[in-house]
Amino acid sequence: MKPFSYARPGDVAEAVREVAAEPNAVFLAGGTNLVDHLKLGVATPDLVVDVRTLTSQEVTDLPDGGLRLGAASTNSEVAADRRVRERYPVLAQALLAGATGQLRNAATTGGNPLQRTRCVYFQDVTTPCNKREPGSGCSAVGGYTRYHAVLGVDAALPDPDAPGTCIATHPSDMAVALAALDAQVQVLGPSGARTLPFTDLHRLPGDDPATDTTLGHGELITAIDLPPLPAGTRSAYRKVRDRASYAFALVSVAAVVTDDGVRLALGGVAHTPWRATRAEELLRGRALTDDVVRAAMDAELAAAQPQPGIDGGNGFKIPLVHRTVVATLRQLTTEAQA
Amino acid sequence: MDAEISLRVDGESHRLTVDTRTTLLDALRERLGNTSPKKGCDHGQCGACTVLLDGRRSLICLALAVAHDGAEITTADGLAPAGELHPVQQAFLEQDAFQCGYCTPGQVCSAVGVLDEVDRGWPSHVTEDLTGDVELSHDEVAERMSGNLCRCAAYVNIVPAVQQAGGAR
Repeated sequence: MKPFSYARPGDVAEAVREVAAEPNAVFLAGGTNLVDHLKLGVATPDLVVDVRTLTSQEVTDLPDGGLRLGAASTNSEVAADRRVRERYPVLAQALLAGATGQLRNAATTGGNPLQRTRCVYFQDVTTPCNKREPGSGCSAVGGYTRYHAVLGVDAALPDPDAPGTCIATHPSDMAVALAALDAQVQVLGPSGARTLPFTDLHRLPGDDPATDTTLGHGELITAIDLPPLPAGTRSAYRKVRDRASYAFALVSVAAVVTDDGVRLALGGVAHTPWRATRAEELLRGRALTDDVVRAAMDAELAAAQPQPGIDGGNGFKIPLVHRTVVATLRQLTTEAQA
Repeated sequence: MDAEISLRVDGESHRLTVDTRTTLLDALRERLGNTSPKKGCDHGQCGACTVLLDGRRSLICLALAVAHDGAEITTADGLAPAGELHPVQQAFLEQDAFQCGYCTPGQVCSAVGVLDEVDRGWPSHVTEDLTGDVELSHDEVAERMSGNLCRCAAYVNIVPAVQQAGGAR
């Protein structure tokens, strides 16, 4: 592991200043992903600034009826919070579907959405990877693509040598639920505090696959706010994976159903938690029968690009996520009628 | 780069200087001679290094020692006073819940954490009613222990051991 300096400043403002002042500095929270990357050589910072004990560990009520999740609240504490379980089951279910008890005890609200892709090539420093080493190419194209993207990708076989090519997926379950909940992210940066919609936090590779989010260098998530939901809202998270437990999603679905419509986010299919806005438009004001949902998902997935691969490729994700959405919405509407 | 930290491990206080790159696992095993937590994968995937870190089961191969200055750690070795066994350890013996034993200290610490989490009413991925009571069923134990791999595949006896310890409390 490359040597690095370690700092634990007195407060978040100082932490932000310290990271902003050092181009090769990173924040450390639970460390479940970063420490692994330090060992693998995927992350090689000169300075690690520890913020684990600097932001709030609490889940607090907001005046508007929502909840504020302090950035240092752990994934296990948030999943167990009674208010989250009762009012935001989609989030509790997403958290409980991720990782293991030990990892959830360490992983935090601020850190989880910022974890990086588990693309095997990204984590293997001996292979070219545009995300890890900009301009080196993408080893995943035509390689092992079972865990890779089908949405937000230009072609079924993008140019592996182009600097913008990246077919990695975002690995977080929590982030998929937060996208569907229209959560808000509280950020402190060198030029002050700002709030951004969770759906604006992550970005598609574009011409810069190395950059996962829209946060600037030195910007720190201090809390994530869950907006209040209308009475009668139902929500659920459904994850499909290769093992019954402790595996990343092949595909996942977060659904929030209110009287006004459906909010849908998909996991395991894109570089970001994928908000299915096209399907949402088609479902607005409609009874959620299987046929209506199928037609909406046909439209959402029309631009999907199945990736060939030496493992058989990932074309299976398209019918799989389609059916998973249908099943999840059927479950929510059936429960509502029961 | 070095840093001075203090740790309380199995009831004993230690003060030590560590390189910032040192994990808690390496600090315990290499510096303090506590080989109860095991190094399996060293990447947070196998659970062999599980201890109770400030009261919660945690993987110390992914914890930098410098970031846990002042931490209170209980390893499987420190779960019970000398000459006695913790109920989870006793249950592992009675249920024959191990073969080679390499993963066992991690399994035991994880099980202690599981029973505490069940006591607190924490749901799991397989809990039918997120807001209801939690029963220590086979499926609940298997799901909650999924972060502890056993290369000998003693799972079939680990699950009853955790259930036995849970019932014996």
